[in-house]
Amino acid sequence: MANPSAYLDSASSEPLHPAAREAFLAALDQGYADPRRLHRPGRNARLILDNARAAVAEALGARADEVSFTSSGTDAVHRGLLGMVRARDAGRVAHSAVEHSAVLHALEWWDGEAVSVPVDRSGRIDSPVPKADVVALQSANHEVGTLQPVAEYAGDAPLFVDACASMGRLPLPEGWAAAAGSAHKWGGPAGVGVLLVRKGTRWLSPFPADDRADERSSGFENIPAALAAAAALQAVLAERDEVNARQFAMVDRIRAAAAAVPDTEVVGDPVDRLPHLLTFSCLYVNGEQIVQELDRRGFGVASGSACTASTLEPSHVLAAMGALTHGNVRVSLTRDTTDEEVDAFCATLPEVVAEIRTEHDL
Amino acid sequence: MNAPVSPDAEVDCRGQLCPAPIIELARHLGDVAVGGVLAVACDDPSARHDVPAWCRMREQEYVGEDTADDGVPRFLVRRLS
Repeated sequence: MANPSAYLDSASSEPLHPAAREAFLAALDQGYADPRRLHRPGRNARLILDNARAAVAEALGARADEVSFTSSGTDAVHRGLLGMVRARDAGRVAHSAVEHSAVLHALEWWDGEAVSVPVDRSGRIDSPVPKADVVALQSANHEVGTLQPVAEYAGDAPLFVDACASMGRLPLPEGWAAAAGSAHKWGGPAGVGVLLVRKGTRWLSPFPADDRADERSSGFENIPAALAAAAALQAVLAERDEVNARQFAMVDRIRAAAAAVPDTEVVGDPVDRLPHLLTFSCLYVNGEQIVQELDRRGFGVASGSACTASTLEPSHVLAAMGALTHGNVRVSLTRDTTDEEVDAFCATLPEVVAEIRTEHDL
Repeated sequence: MNAPVSPDAEVDCRGQLCPAPIIELARHLGDVAVGGVLAVACDDPSARHDVPAWCRMREQEYVGEDTADDGVPRFLVRRLS
């Protein structure tokens, strides 16, 4: 079989959308100047930035003055969450056990009390959110795809929503006081995060101030990239009904193929989930080895197993769900993933797992 | 933390990384009789999650965790079948 060369790791980074490329190239020559300056190039840059902000606001159901561009999704998470914490002089933040490490690291850096809310076997929070000054809850899980009941949250504390895993793919859930997204997860360029702060939300920058036009961000904006991110977001919204339905069905097929591999557990909610992503764990299989063997056969996938991470700690998401942490594979589809690639993956997976297991003679 | 159970056998997985300790657990559970308890001594943090997950998948009983004399965690599994 020809090497299919299928990139199945869009949850780490989606390839650049053609609309983003086009907007980026067009803005490169026009968007170089400082948007705060009053000269013509400065006004041009400002216009591009304002257009990008307006497009993102419209796509996400926000007002333009609620949108900031940050240097990454992680930066947007740090600023959004810690800015709410600082403005309220918060002593206690509640968060789901399966938040992205950007949320967990922000809370470690802060010296208040962070309370983790446990999740069920599917990765959804399954107990009441305890009393806190700020609550952090993701829209969807970046590793297993399970959607969190954000819109059902009815507590008093304002809600920070890390929407990095779902932004562009699914509507932003209601109820956020602040929210964060990451452009390269929807087909925009890397290095562009989106921070939303709802009008009326108390927010104070947790980091050194910067004399930029946008007090919620710092540093010189990457204006061409911001426009490219906005163009990709608009394009993704326009095509998502069709793309999501196609990807949802493909993921169902891969879930079934993975579940048919002996001693393999598909984790995450089978229905109430992101359209493009699935995770499974294979007993007695080394996560690094299966990623390498699949890569050798042309499939680029991610893994939450400890041997693929920079530390000895396995995925805190899988651990919180009580799922097997070794032998883990995350498959996430791009908008261009074909049925043929899905077929080839489904045919290859059992062979690779069986081959790795024969070494153990169990 | 300390389970009030004394194991019938112990498998030494010190220094091994997952999935090796889980493979050793699968290989050696048969060393104890049905109803008996096997201890897996293991310093890989993944084992804390993967021993219970293995027990759930293979329908064995995860008893809990105690500590070996040298301070290494031991994960206790009761053989049910």
